[in-house]
Amino acid sequence: MLALVVSHLLVALALPWVAARNTRAAFTVAALPPAAALVWTLGHAGAVLGGQEIVESLAWAPRLGLEITFRLDPLALLMTVLVSGIGVLVLLYCPGYFGPGSADGRRSAPLLLAFAGVMLGLVLADDLLLVYVFWELTTICSFLLVGQSGISREQRRSAMQALVVTIFGGLVMLLGFVVLGEAAGTYRISELVADPPGGGAMAAAAVLILIGAFTKSAQLPFHNWLPAAMVAPTPVSAYLHAASMVKAGVFLVARLTPVFAGVVAWPVLTAVFGLLTMIVAGWRALHEYDLKILLAYGTVSQLGFVMVLVGAGTHTGAVAGTAMLLAHGLFKSALFLVVGIVDHEAGSRDIRELSGLGRRLPWLVVIAVPAAASMAGLPPTLGFLGKEAAFEVFLHGGAGQAAIAAGLVLGSVFTVGYSARLLWGAFANKPGIPATAAHAPGAGLLLPAAVPALAGVVLGVVYPAVDELSAAYAAVFEAGTDPYHLALWHGLNLALLCSLIALAGGLVVHAARTPITRVRGRLVNPLNAQRAYERSMALLERVAVGVTGRVQAGSLPTYLGIILLTVLAVSGTALLTRSTPIEQFRAWDRILQVPLAIAILIAVAGVVRARRRLTAVLLVGVIGYGIGGIFIIDGAPDLALTQFLVETLTLVAFVFVLRRLPVRFTQSDPAPGLRWVKMLIAVGGGVFMAFASMIFSSARQTPSGVSEQYIARAEQGAGATNVVNAIIVDFRAFDTIGEISVLAVAATGVASLILTSRHERRRRRGSLPITERSAADESAAPGNAGAAGPIRPGTGEDPQGRDPRQEEVRE
Amino acid sequence: MTETESQSPGEQEAWTTWDTPSERWLLSGYTRDRRERKILLELAARILFPTVLVFSLYLLFAGHEHTGGGFSGGLVAGQAFVLRYLAGGRMDSSSTVSLQPPVLIGVGLTIATFISLVPLAFGGTVLESAIYTFTVPMLGQIKIVTSLFLDIGVYLLILGVVLDLLRTLGSAIEADVAAVERR
Repeated sequence: MLALVVSHLLVALALPWVAARNTRAAFTVAALPPAAALVWTLGHAGAVLGGQEIVESLAWAPRLGLEITFRLDPLALLMTVLVSGIGVLVLLYCPGYFGPGSADGRRSAPLLLAFAGVMLGLVLADDLLLVYVFWELTTICSFLLVGQSGISREQRRSAMQALVVTIFGGLVMLLGFVVLGEAAGTYRISELVADPPGGGAMAAAAVLILIGAFTKSAQLPFHNWLPAAMVAPTPVSAYLHAASMVKAGVFLVARLTPVFAGVVAWPVLTAVFGLLTMIVAGWRALHEYDLKILLAYGTVSQLGFVMVLVGAGTHTGAVAGTAMLLAHGLFKSALFLVVGIVDHEAGSRDIRELSGLGRRLPWLVVIAVPAAASMAGLPPTLGFLGKEAAFEVFLHGGAGQAAIAAGLVLGSVFTVGYSARLLWGAFANKPGIPATAAHAPGAGLLLPAAVPALAGVVLGVVYPAVDELSAAYAAVFEAGTDPYHLALWHGLNLALLCSLIALAGGLVVHAARTPITRVRGRLVNPLNAQRAYERSMALLERVAVGVTGRVQAGSLPTYLGIILLTVLAVSGTALLTRSTPIEQFRAWDRILQVPLAIAILIAVAGVVRARRRLTAVLLVGVIGYGIGGIFIIDGAPDLALTQFLVETLTLVAFVFVLRRLPVRFTQSDPAPGLRWVKMLIAVGGGVFMAFASMIFSSARQTPSGVSEQYIARAEQGAGATNVVNAIIVDFRAFDTIGEISVLAVAATGVASLILTSRHERRRRRGSLPITERSAADESAAPGNAGAAGPIRPGTGEDPQGRDPRQEEVRE
Repeated sequence: MTETESQSPGEQEAWTTWDTPSERWLLSGYTRDRRERKILLELAARILFPTVLVFSLYLLFAGHEHTGGGFSGGLVAGQAFVLRYLAGGRMDSSSTVSLQPPVLIGVGLTIATFISLVPLAFGGTVLESAIYTFTVPMLGQIKIVTSLFLDIGVYLLILGVVLDLLRTLGSAIEADVAAVERR
């Protein structure tokens, strides 16, 4: 299984090269790994349904107890068939949709395949943390696929919304995972299912994990990212936002329902939010004019439906949930692909513009009708089986159960309504609208759409196959004396009545669509999820701007003052209260230290008195070299060498920057009192440092054991007679790697800050005639310095000047 | 600035610029403005530049036994370029060897990280080092410790950081100053 997931990702890595040459070939190649996954999974289907489980495990970070564990069980089998099967079909559909050489196609081929890979990993993962990793990877793929080129504002906004909402949910879910994993002592899902932990923490974990599942599966109140994500190309929507990715939340709930069997909140929350989602989104779908948005709301609604079922935690609920999961994946992907064909061939997917397409595209109708029938729950489709089972779940309980059943019937009425609206809107002859012209779609587009539509009917007729799969998953739950089985005919019972009510009601709703829409127009709409999302994002931005404005005052003296005051307040207090005695105080160790110290002190006095910046910088250099001299006297040549080199470089950097600064220090303090404050802080910082260094240096009288070991092992262990070097590149090489990473990031950051300000200026004089501009570029000097701003000195030299010193401190 | 141009007859040299060099002393295609050229500095840079670079390499390789190491070596190499910049100006586009500082930084970091992971392939732990000793005719015994490669990564990275400093604080500010003067 690991090999399957990895092969997806490897092929995806190589795919951009293929896609740059031939998009059709790229999509065909991309379809191979999912096809392999599908074949492999189906090959093991018999064993898995027979109760066997296939487990693969690989140590990831053994010391942390992390491992990559994949497990193929009935639920994973079902999801793999959906993910890989629909993946193959969508990838084969893509070349016809995108057309040769399209930029979106070139971009989508590797991304879709990578998505198929991480989604496969997600459904097979048996470790909560691994689930989380794949979960976030699917979010990132979705972001890239929705955003596409990112040229239009709508693309960027939708991609961002999908990312923000699902990442938020993902992080909350991670918290839940940690709570759950720590309560149980294991992150393996199979172990959690076998032995569910108890205790109060479980309720918290349940809520946190459900928030994650709700965001991913677009449940109320997070549902709005899904309709917004419909700016993505239709195959992407069909795959990610109908068949697979949005199923992740429902899938996770199905996975963890046995674990949370003892938590009361779990079925209640899934039922309430799922039902609300089903009804509200179904109602919205009844009024949409864009076929794709209609389907998107339909998806949201159906996901709510499945959420109610899989969260119920009963045997029948599990059977119904898995059947609906499979049915929805099949009919929704088929319908999305059909809408994609309509859009592609007729140039529109607006109900108000399309008319008479049914006669022009008869084959498309043949595909769309069974898919829509499955969505509406008509026999003999898989959707009918699922819906019958779903009613059955809640028909034999108390008042609460009956209320849920009533809600489901209402939701199903809407489902039938918008299914009819979809067929009518796409294909019917509408009076008053001229017949839409359309090309005949090729087999490359029709076949991938026909397969899932047909599968929905075939699986409905050969229902024992699906029943075996559903029952295999549902075996975790108590079956009771007479377990429910999927069948086309259960006799005349309440569930059948519910189906009939839903069907009749839906047809009535569709027939009365004009008055209903009018009624909706009059209803006030106090709660709008989209507006709520936008408001909260705006609030977040305002808070960020406010906090940044307060914290980042832009004044170096203020920053320095705050840092020094913090040091004084925190470390200074510790120093005063602990009052470690200064032992063995000596005026000097070697007489040579005295003249050096005097020279340094003179330079220090000079710095304080200096009026010119250059003088001050040079005197600071004198201090630095003086300290280097003291290192030499103390017998630390490595340290001294580094000190000299860094000092030189700092000096050079200072001089570079000083070219852009006034020659003298500015003398205009806003208030005379401020001068005294500054002086006080500076003196306080100095006194603190002096005492601190005396205490620190007297704290250790003998070399530490670590140092002895370093010296003893340098030759043998590190092959170095220079212990300092042995420490840097061997004993503590990990520190070195960390430090050079920091240095690289800091240098790159500073460089880009400075170069960006130049780039901005250059762009602002973009109105220059081309000849002049190219001449200016040749000399690499901006011609118009009117916009030249000062380059802040503090940012420039700091990383260069300071980081090396950390190295010294360590030595 | 070519030779013929600067020695054209009739051009009266000001006393402040009589000692400005008229030849290209530095290998770069670009030279500073005549007013800013100093022959001593350019000569010194020309002579010292390769020497300092060699010295930096010595520091890099000597680090295991004597004072030195990748960090000081990189700084010394960087300062060779600082000298070169002070004498010749602009480093970014016209140096004979075009060294892109971000590339150097990246290469250095990549080498260091890669080297730290290599022992994993041989069943060791991250950052484990090995010592190889072999005898080369004429040179005698040579000892190579694999952590030397980590030092090489550090060396390149530090050199890249210094060059980045020259590119941003050096050339960029110089260009800004020139722009202000032109206005």
